[in-house]
Amino acid sequence: MAKLVIDNVDLFYHRVQALRGLTLEVNEGEIVALLGNNGAGKTSTLSMLSGLYRPKSGTVTWGDRDLTTMQPWDIVEAKLLHVPEGRRIFSTMTVHENLQLGGYLVDDQKLVDERIERAYELMPRLRERRNQEGGTLSGGEQQMAAIGRALVGGPKLLLLDEPSMGLAPLIVKQVMEIIKEVQAQGTTVLLVEQNARAALRIADRGYVIESGTVTMEGAASDLRTNSKVIDAYLGA
Amino acid sequence: MASLFGSRDRIDDLLTAPAPFVKRPEQNKGLLHPQRFMNMFGLIVFIAAMVLPFISATPYIISILTSALIYVMLAMGLNVVVGYAGLLDLGYVAFFAVGAYTSGILSTRLGWSVFETIPVVLLACVAAGIIIGGPTLRLRTDYLAIVTLGFGEIVRLTANNLAITGGPSGIHGIRTFSFFGWSFADGATLFGIDFNSKVLFYYFVLIVAGGLAVIGAARLGKGKLGRAWKSVRDDEDAAEAMGINTYRVKLSAYIIGAIWGGLAGVLMGSHLTAVSPTSFEFLYSALVLMAVVLGGMGSTPGVIIGALFISLAPELLRDFADWRYLIFGVLMVITMIFRPKGVWPANAMLPWLHRRSPMRSAAERDESDEAVVVTVPEPPEERRP
Repeated sequence: MAKLVIDNVDLFYHRVQALRGLTLEVNEGEIVALLGNNGAGKTSTLSMLSGLYRPKSGTVTWGDRDLTTMQPWDIVEAKLLHVPEGRRIFSTMTVHENLQLGGYLVDDQKLVDERIERAYELMPRLRERRNQEGGTLSGGEQQMAAIGRALVGGPKLLLLDEPSMGLAPLIVKQVMEIIKEVQAQGTTVLLVEQNARAALRIADRGYVIESGTVTMEGAASDLRTNSKVIDAYLGA
Repeated sequence: MASLFGSRDRIDDLLTAPAPFVKRPEQNKGLLHPQRFMNMFGLIVFIAAMVLPFISATPYIISILTSALIYVMLAMGLNVVVGYAGLLDLGYVAFFAVGAYTSGILSTRLGWSVFETIPVVLLACVAAGIIIGGPTLRLRTDYLAIVTLGFGEIVRLTANNLAITGGPSGIHGIRTFSFFGWSFADGATLFGIDFNSKVLFYYFVLIVAGGLAVIGAARLGKGKLGRAWKSVRDDEDAAEAMGINTYRVKLSAYIIGAIWGGLAGVLMGSHLTAVSPTSFEFLYSALVLMAVVLGGMGSTPGVIIGALFISLAPELLRDFADWRYLIFGVLMVITMIFRPKGVWPANAMLPWLHRRSPMRSAAERDESDEAVVVTVPEPPEERRP
């Protein structure tokens, strides 16, 4: 139904071109991994989807919405939520307040409480830490809080920017499990990752981008065994 | 390992949430429940303040306590702006001046009762908040501080030079509050006890400062708007990503701060019966800011402690004559060294209000947890050449 389609998009930062004819799509209910090296255009893609930058040409549609003409807050209201790189937890607010804030645009307070409860069930560590200030959490817990905060907003499409950044391998696995569970509960996920191995394990499909262009795409299982991907991202 | 990310249909039973690391004890119940304890504590302080005039009611004591309460109100207002919303405002006293002058002019020139001036003062404060905040809140951090500093001075200099504000000598003869023909000046006899006008005014200020200023601001800080303020303070971009219109949220904090400051100004004008530009120098903005920072930004008990400290310390240190401001300064430096987040930081809890999990011995831990066993291979024995 609500399918995200990015078609032949060019994005510029002044004179620097970040995306060159980028074309990709995310079907409803999928986890799609977006892989690529530093500077390939992963974060630019997400920023464009959240309405922070406008493409110079090409179209971006989500269902019947044209994302290129919408304001960032309208996009949030339409339930396309972005978990930015580096977690960006509100560091002097408690974990519970952080989660409550995720429901800022949700008018039904009962629904917010329900979703917070669901986030706590998914991530019991957060419940343990509910009255602790966000800045005192470990990196993995902060990532969980950031995902939880987005979940309270009731996302239909969740954009995750490098959720594994700076986390220990065991915690990366936990975070990936959580993302998988989020999908199981009915949210579409676009996952930007450097950690290709972790991302391809949970993804349904994947895209590899280089210099703002898709160079490879396919089912996650195919990409995982593709020799080029192994050489470039997985390491023998 | 690989099975964790196995086929789709097994996902449900695979993703049972991991057990918590530590079993934390339940929150205290009954009187030691943190929130309830603090509310009780606040009530006791409030009752103590009610009883105080019965212990000592010299005009001097009543007068400095009234000023102290007005400072509490000012500090609670500034706490909304600086503590919750994180907007460094160095010209907060401007709103204090707007309130005091508006009410003073209306009551002395037009003969209104001070009570009747309050609606006009509210309008004037909201207008001042929008005029000052509207253009400046698009700025961030240092730039905002500089602009607010400028506005604070503009208001004082304007008052110093206009005829209607009485120029440098200000406005005199502001009467005390009166309600429908009865005024505090008339005094009152309740339960056989005579209350003079100063004591009555003290009680009035106590109720306004304690009830409206403290409880009102603290409740705002805990609500949805309060969370939005704090999120803007912590990370403005992330707040925007949550769908918060950060400009509107900041402006609302500014206007509420303006209202608190303006009402405190009305009380101050009535308390001192006069207002003059010297009461609104930068020093006072700095003092109130100090109360907020010293007490603990965004912390209600902290800000009250801070406001009482900055208003009472100069009085208590009076014996030291010329040295008192030096000692005042040294005390503040010491506080900042030992309590950098304030005397009572936000989210802080008294130690006996939260139970900590007892440290468990290794044996207990093995029993109760399914520990992740990591086997470290024995390092090979070094071969000596």
